[in-house]
Parts: sequence; structure tokens; C-alpha cells
Amino acid sequence: METYKGETLFIQHFKNEEARSLDYYKKKMIGYESAKKALAMSQDDIINEVKKSNLRGRGGAGFPTGTKWGFIPKQSAKPKYLVCNADESEPGTFKDRDIMRYTPHTLIEGMIIGGFAIGSNVGYIYIRGEYTREFTLLNEAIDEAYKAGYLGKNILGTQFSFDLTVHRGAGAYICGEETGLLNSLEGKRGEPRVKPPFPAQSGAFAGPTIVNNVETLASIPFIIQKGGEWFSKLSKIEKSGGTRLLGVSGHVKKPGLYELPAGGVTLRQLIYDYCGGILNDRKLKAVIPGGSSAPVLTADEIDVIYDIEPLQKIGTMMGSAAVMVVSEDYCMVKLIQRITKFYAHESCGQCTPCREGCKWMEDILHRIEHGHGREQDLALLLSIADNINGKTLCALGDAAAGPVSSFVKKFRGDFEAHIRGKKCPNA
Amino acid sequence: MAKLLSENFYKEMGKLEPRYPSKVALLLPALHEAQKETGWLPPEIMEEIGTYIGIHPAQVREVASFYTMYNLKPVGKYHLKICTNVACCLRGSEELVDHCKKKFGIELGETTPDKKFTLMEEECLGACGTAPAMMLNDDYHENLTVQGLDKILDGLK
Ligand SMILES: Cc1cc2nc3c(=O)[nH]c(=O)nc-3n(C[C@H](O)[C@H](O)[C@H](O)COP(=O)(O)O)c2cc1C
Ligand code: FES
Repeated sequence: METYKGETLFIQHFKNEEARSLDYYKKKMIGYESAKKALAMSQDDIINEVKKSNLRGRGGAGFPTGTKWGFIPKQSAKPKYLVCNADESEPGTFKDRDIMRYTPHTLIEGMIIGGFAIGSNVGYIYIRGEYTREFTLLNEAIDEAYKAGYLGKNILGTQFSFDLTVHRGAGAYICGEETGLLNSLEGKRGEPRVKPPFPAQSGAFAGPTIVNNVETLASIPFIIQKGGEWFSKLSKIEKSGGTRLLGVSGHVKKPGLYELPAGGVTLRQLIYDYCGGILNDRKLKAVIPGGSSAPVLTADEIDVIYDIEPLQKIGTMMGSAAVMVVSEDYCMVKLIQRITKFYAHESCGQCTPCREGCKWMEDILHRIEHGHGREQDLALLLSIADNINGKTLCALGDAAAGPVSSFVKKFRGDFEAHIRGKKCPNA
Repeated sequence: MAKLLSENFYKEMGKLEPRYPSKVALLLPALHEAQKETGWLPPEIMEEIGTYIGIHPAQVREVASFYTMYNLKPVGKYHLKICTNVACCLRGSEELVDHCKKKFGIELGETTPDKKFTLMEEECLGACGTAPAMMLNDDYHENLTVQGLDKILDGLK
């Protein structure tokens, strides 16, 4: 089995219960030296360094972070906000949790630098409600940072002040969508907003706001420490800098987190060389490559380089770098029914195509799985998916539609076997 | 009306208040804190939270009902939430759910008559690499097997 021997940022500190302390962070990691350095830089220089790094958002869309920060107006009558998206609710994703419980100071330091760069004095970490332990650990780390003078008034003797608060969600996938998140932060239902205005113009409490994923922000101190160019060169692919935390789950021998250079492996290498291959040496059936919202890949599509553009080219996405592996013995109809049930449950209900369409797709998939499917159901599924895709306020609709279309198109035989045989062949 | 929520609740909220530019932003933290005290959120508690924040009780309920973690009816002493999303399903979580149903003689969403156990299925908990996973009250349990689950459950008083 392969392990990566090159440079990594996070993973060597994971599973080490000492790593979360400020003491460890100062001795073994960055220790707020990057914050010190950044506070002596100009805002533009910081943003340029981040642009040079080719850091792209780790939350799902892969938007270049430096460019996003550049959208914040320099002058604003309303206070500006930096919000960390720690909702981590895309099924298959479990990387931000380890950053928060093992290296919380990388995130805090990243937020101080980000806050300074966009001219914000207030930050929030919006953490999913289920992460109660991580909530406590983050708060302990924030207390340490306050006591040491890295947070609060006049940080490190400068004019810059920054307050950081952890805000708990309460169980709703849609609060991972950035404007749903902002509504939830404001004490409302987590319903996504109409865009424009984008958060950079009017976000949290109507002030200019940047929302970034945990891993995105936790990468910032490394970029400031060693430079944007160094970070960009950690990767093995153009336009995508750094290393990525890849979460592999499902039917592999060694599920878990892997930190690898962006674009450093193909899916096949990841699954067979790093994760030891398929459980019980069965055959591979399918891979969901970027969280459950990503269109599925068949076993003969896995020679693709695992990064944003190569996956886009073959009609799927890297999303939150969550790879779910399915072996030959699992029923694909059952699987997509479960995925669709999730979206039907989590649709906030504002947009009719998503609210109604997800439920219809779930019902149809349920009847196919249970042997009551009809010949015309497959065309109907594709038509519903098509009527959701691109026709909703936020991307939850697309996230539900893409998987359904891809499963039906790529595993059509499996669906037909259910319909013709009037039962699940695996049952 | 006599207050149902403790002094500690008001103290905690008082500490959080300066952290937000609007008092309504205290709503989610207030609901969490209240639920910690009472186990669930009866109408009287939501009314008290509404009064404290300065919003109508209907607005409190409107928000609380959006989120699955707020219990709008009482739950058992031990609240089991078993993840049945993709990664956990692939790793056998349905077996865990079936086992609990049989063991407790209840369906998903129900509470045992002695009010000891509530059984729910949960969406992805963010523990997919250590699937199957569940939450027992506030705590995560990962890499579960039926035997492992029994050991945990049988150890509960
Ligand atoms: C339905 C939906 C759910 C999302 N869930 C998450 C999430 O759990 N965590 C996250 O960081 N981003 C999530 N996103 C993406 C965010 O909207 C946003 O793009 C991201 O937080 C931006 O940060 P980044 O640029 O650092 O990636 C979600 C988006 C959608 C449409
Ligand atoms: S699917 Fe169960 S924890 Fe992610």
C-alpha cells in the first residue's frame, strides 16, 4: 500500500491529542507567526499572495479564494464579516472535523489573517450542531488565543482588533449553502437568499461578508508563512494550489482521510494504491467522487486525475473531495433512492421544482426498488431531474438532479432489471 | 409569569449578546441552551425565549421547527440517532437500525414506553470514514457493529 511521502500540511498532526494546544502549535506548527507577518503587510499584498497560491475554495465550488476576497469593497458603511463555513454536511465529507479537533489554531490564525485582509473585525465559525465536541474544543482553542493576545483588541500590539465566535447550527444540510448559513446565523430559518446581492456586497447582518470553508481558511497561515508560490507548487496540476484532504468512505479496505497534492493521483490510484482496494477483494461498481451531490462514475471511468477540472471534463465534480466507493454487490437503485431521500428531506421548500421534484424522484425510485416500477419511469425520472436542474435559487436542486440523471444513464440496466423482474435482483 | 429557564441560561445569553449586532441572532444559541436544561422545547419555553429576545413566540417556533436538532416533543433519556446516509449504509447501518427496532420494540421516531430510549435515523454525521456512526445524546460512536452497539446500550442505566 502506498503512503504519500511528500510535504503535507495537516495530516501528520491528526489523531494526535496534543496537537490542539497552543503550546504544540507554537512549537511544532506556525504558532501565529503568520498572523504577525500578515499584520505588517498591506491588505492588497495579502490578497495577492493568496491569489498567487492558487488556493481554491475547499467547500465545494472551488472558487479562487484570493479573487473572492478581492470582491469585498474597501470602504463600507456597514461592518464587514468573515464567516467560516464549518457546517460540513455534504454526505461523505469528514475533513473539517479533524481540522477543528486536531489543529484548531490553524483555522483561528487563518481567520485573523483573513479578517485583516478584508477589513473585518468580527468573525463567526458556523459549526454544524452535531459537532458538540468540536464546538467545545474550538472554544477552548479560542480562549487560549484570546488569553495570549491573538484575538480581541489590538492584536499583537497593532491597531487591528478581531473577535471570533463559534455559532452552532441545529441540523439542516441547507445551512451549508452560504446564504442559508447567513440566515441561520441571523437567527432565521436557514433558507437560501436570492442572489444578487452576493454576500460580498450584502451578507451577514447586511454587511459585506466572506464565507469560506474550514480547510480553505486553515490553509492561509501556511501560505503567509512560506509564500503563495510555494503553496501553488505543492500541487501537481495547474490552477489548483496546495494539498487536499480527501475523504474516502464506503467499500474500500482502508477508508479515512488522505492528504495528497492537488491533482496528484488518479481515482484508481487513490482507491487501489492508497486505500488498499475494494473490501473483500470484490469488483468495483461505482464511485461517487465529490460528496453525494456529484454525478456518479462507473468502474471504467476512474483513470481520471482527481482534481477540479479533470472531473468537470467528464461530467462530474470534485465538490468537497469526498469519495464514496461502491462494490459490485450493492444495489445502485437502492443507493440512489437513499441519496434522493436525503435531498427530498433537506430541500428547504422555497422553490417548487426542488421541493416537489425531489419528493417525486424519491417516490419513483422507491417504487422501482420495491418492484413496482413502470417502463416509462426512467424517462420520467430524467425529465423531472431536467426540470429541477438550474431552476432553483440555490444549488441544492442541481445537487439532487445530477446524481439521479447520472445513475439512470450509467446504470440503466440495473433499473430495467428491477422494472422487468418486478423486484430488486439483490433482494 | 414565573421564569422557567434558569439563571444560568440568562447568564449565558448575557455573555453571548455583545457578540452579535442583533438580538435575534441569539435565537439558535438560546434554543440550544434551553434544550440543554429541559430536554425538549415545550411552548412555554419558546414563549419565554421569545419574550427575552423580543420576538413573537410564533417566530420562535417557525425557526425551531426548521431544524432537526430541536426536539418539539419529549425524547427518551437516551436519544439514539443512527446515520443511514450513503457511507453508513454501505457499511451496514441498516442492520443497526433493525437491531434497535427489535431490541426496543419501537419504530424510527418513537420512544420506548419507559421513556428510556428514542430511536431516530440521522443524515450524514460527518464520520463517513469511520462508518457506521451514530450519536447517543451528544456523543459520537463510530465503526459500530451490532455487538459493539449492544455493549454500549447494555451498559446504560
Ligand atoms: C446545498 C449546499 C450545501 C453546501 N454545504 C457546504 C458545507 O457543508 N460546507 C462548506 O464549506 N460549503 C458548503 N457549500 C458551499 C458554500 O455555499 C460555499 O460555496 C462555501 O462555503 C464557500 O467557501 P469556499 O470558497 O472556501 O469553498 C454548500 C453549497 C450548497 C449549494
Ligand atoms: S454517511 Fe454516515 S456519517 Fe457520513
